Amino acid sequence: MPPPHPETWLRVTPEGLHCLPGGFTVDPVRPVERAVVTHGHADHARPGHGSVLATPETLAIMRARMGEGRAGASQQPLRPGEEVSHNGVRIRLAPAGHVLGSAQVCLEWKASRVVVSGDYKRARDPTCAPFEPVPCDVFVTEATFGLPIFRHPPADGEIARLLRSVELFPERTHVVGCYALGKCQRVIALLREAGWDRPIHLHGALMGLCRLYEELGVPLGDLRPATVAEKAALRGAVVLAPPSAVADRWARRLAEPVVAIASGWMRVRQRARLRGVELPLVISDHADWAELNATIDEVGAPEVWVTHGRDDALIHAMAQRGVRGRALHLIGLGDDEEEDAAPAEPAAAQEGAEA
Amino acid sequence: MSVPAFADLLERLVFTPGRNAKIALLRRWFETQPDPERGLGLAALTDELVFTAAKPALVKSLAAARTDPVLLALSHDYVGDLAETVALIWPQREGVNAPPPDLSEVVETLEVTPKAELPALIAGWLDTLDASGRYALIKLLTGELRVGASARLTRLALADWAGKPVEEIEEVWHGVAPPYLPLFRWLEGKAERPDPRDAPVFRPLMLAHPLEDADVAKLEPSEWRAEWKWDGIRVQLTGGPGGRRIWSRGGEDVSGAFPEITEAMDFHAVLDGELLVIREDGQVAPFADLQQRLNRKAVTPRMQRDYPVGVRLYDLLFDNGEDLRPLPLDERRRRLEEWMERVRPARMDLSAPIAFASFTQLAEIRAGARAASIEGLMLKRADSAYVAGRQKGLWWKWKRDPLSIDAVMMYAQRGHGKRSSFYSDYTFGLWRPDGNGGEELVPVGKAYSGYTDQELVWLDRWIRNHTVSRFGPVREVEKSLVLEVIFDAAQLSNRHKSGVALRFPRILRIRKDKPAAEADRLENLMNLVEKGTAEAAD
Repeated sequence: MPPPHPETWLRVTPEGLHCLPGGFTVDPVRPVERAVVTHGHADHARPGHGSVLATPETLAIMRARMGEGRAGASQQPLRPGEEVSHNGVRIRLAPAGHVLGSAQVCLEWKASRVVVSGDYKRARDPTCAPFEPVPCDVFVTEATFGLPIFRHPPADGEIARLLRSVELFPERTHVVGCYALGKCQRVIALLREAGWDRPIHLHGALMGLCRLYEELGVPLGDLRPATVAEKAALRGAVVLAPPSAVADRWARRLAEPVVAIASGWMRVRQRARLRGVELPLVISDHADWAELNATIDEVGAPEVWVTHGRDDALIHAMAQRGVRGRALHLIGLGDDEEEDAAPAEPAAAQEGAEA
Repeated sequence: MSVPAFADLLERLVFTPGRNAKIALLRRWFETQPDPERGLGLAALTDELVFTAAKPALVKSLAAARTDPVLLALSHDYVGDLAETVALIWPQREGVNAPPPDLSEVVETLEVTPKAELPALIAGWLDTLDASGRYALIKLLTGELRVGASARLTRLALADWAGKPVEEIEEVWHGVAPPYLPLFRWLEGKAERPDPRDAPVFRPLMLAHPLEDADVAKLEPSEWRAEWKWDGIRVQLTGGPGGRRIWSRGGEDVSGAFPEITEAMDFHAVLDGELLVIREDGQVAPFADLQQRLNRKAVTPRMQRDYPVGVRLYDLLFDNGEDLRPLPLDERRRRLEEWMERVRPARMDLSAPIAFASFTQLAEIRAGARAASIEGLMLKRADSAYVAGRQKGLWWKWKRDPLSIDAVMMYAQRGHGKRSSFYSDYTFGLWRPDGNGGEELVPVGKAYSGYTDQELVWLDRWIRNHTVSRFGPVREVEKSLVLEVIFDAAQLSNRHKSGVALRFPRILRIRKDKPAAEADRLENLMNLVEKGTAEAAD
């Protein structure tokens, strides 16, 4: 008997991508009994599940963001390379290269193999393990940057642009808007690699995850809160903050800030202009167009399912190469870089206690 | 490395809101770039270097030849701008290791390349560049470079870099051509200032300070000359064997917008005056009419007929090459009247002097002038030479008192640059019947100045606490805050929902004491409108 087609055992439900024989859902958007979580971003890792299977790093990130009680009633850590079996479905995790702890979920049932990649990238990132291609029958991919206009330049070049600007405007504060999980730590690590050994100042909302990264073995150097520093002390400094804070009231404490945002969207000028960005930095956690296509070719799956993003363009491009594409239209994904509301600053008292 | 370096400058200038930061970026360009690259870059920024070789259609066909049509269409749809789409989607070819072109190579090669070879030439250049380099090249070749750095700003940056007064640069600017080698040699102290000879150049204007009512008492009437301050655009007319130019206040060449004026400039002189829409009966139309003629690429005969322009002259700077600027105002005025008698140019008249015996009398004359085309009075010292810039005590502008209304704040928008975290732009409205027996607010204008820093902080907080809905950067607020708005004139306008446009509205004070229902009604504002064309009250 030929192996069952993945469509017969992996279904799109309102909760997410549900494995019928395994009885679990990957990255469920609503509370479920059993969840497998690819990585800690808020649109993939949500609170209130029964049991959660993920890498130890992702579980730690979930506990830090949601609190011990809400990050799954029971947590099941699985390291990349290890395997568990659940109701006859074999589960392995392989690094996705997206953020620390991010993993592709490799599912095998009756010799039929599906890889749910979550969000991923192929560019080098000193803060997480690189993406590992796993051959499969169906590859489930994102398509956040699924248009050929999206090609991310090497990130070290973007960091060099930031440092040239710091040199040109030494009396101003450079404030870089970046997402709290992953982007922030990658920017810090890239700055360190580029020789920036001065303190890096952080918005309160970024501090906790940076500490966690360090506890999990990613050194980030001298980090200080931006909120307690004097305005004058931040002249010539690099400050990191959530994207929503860089052009809002919070940024008033900075000395004539040069507003930068580190995001793949910055490649399109209109996007950058809408955000009031003075220095757009094209640094992304996601695969660009070339990486998406190269990855699809590399895993060699005859069929690819696209969870979210520009599925139309990607599926068109795959069809040219004889790969069957299917748009899943999963809702609730892809919000990590688009969020507009400012994450709340930790209360002053709390910050005082930390200092 | 020059096109990439230029692309980098371009990108930073486009995204940088601050004037000083733009100047710093330009300074670095002048400091670090070799000749002729820095001059060509400067010319490209100031629209002095214009290519028409490549049409957008050519650029599109280049991209279409290398990309999938569906993907190109989806991408164009997403990005919006064709040049940017092509710059981003352009597939890099493996194995291209030719260096990117210099600006000078681009300029020189385009001149000698036959049309049929253009596509291959441009595609070859695109292959050597990254996305921002491709964007700069495409915008440059299609003549669509819009940078957000005015020509005036680039000259200020040159002055700042070279440590020279900007007026000295402006006097020679239009007499030198890209790549401005003599200009840079002079600015670097390696040569004398270039001599423009007969070339039509801009002479920096003499500017006035605002006069406060309290200062008037200190002035001696016999030492001063008065004339109306017309609400048009200040221009300098330069005519002579080297050509004819109309310069704006900042030294931009606006000749193209007013062909009927340049046609009338059959003289060898430099004159200072106000460009106005003047009706057949000699009446000056409100500024809103003149606006129809500004910032247009092409001037249609219809526009020339509907909005006929003329220049009201008030000073003569050069007569047949003779520099009159050191002469006292009275003497220049005598020469101007003689010149007018002799030359009689079409579409030009003299700004009439206003006789007065005392400033009390003059204040009455000023108060009597309600025409929307008059902003107030100009006071000029009788013995003053014509000096560049804003020298205190020589020329005063004595604006008439502004008009005022109490309006209700309706929407607020964030500002730019330093104000980007503040809601600093306010749309305000007045009451009118809603047609159902009730009252509604109709927006009548937008103001983003006039308040103090403390008031801005207060307004920002109030807006955040009284928002009812958000549309992108705009917040709609509770209709409960009254602002006293002052403005120079109210003019009928069919482009505004309310039917009226305000000239230079600004916030005088926040009326926390006044309930919104007691704010002014639209008919109160309509009573302040100058009906039809305006007439000076002299």
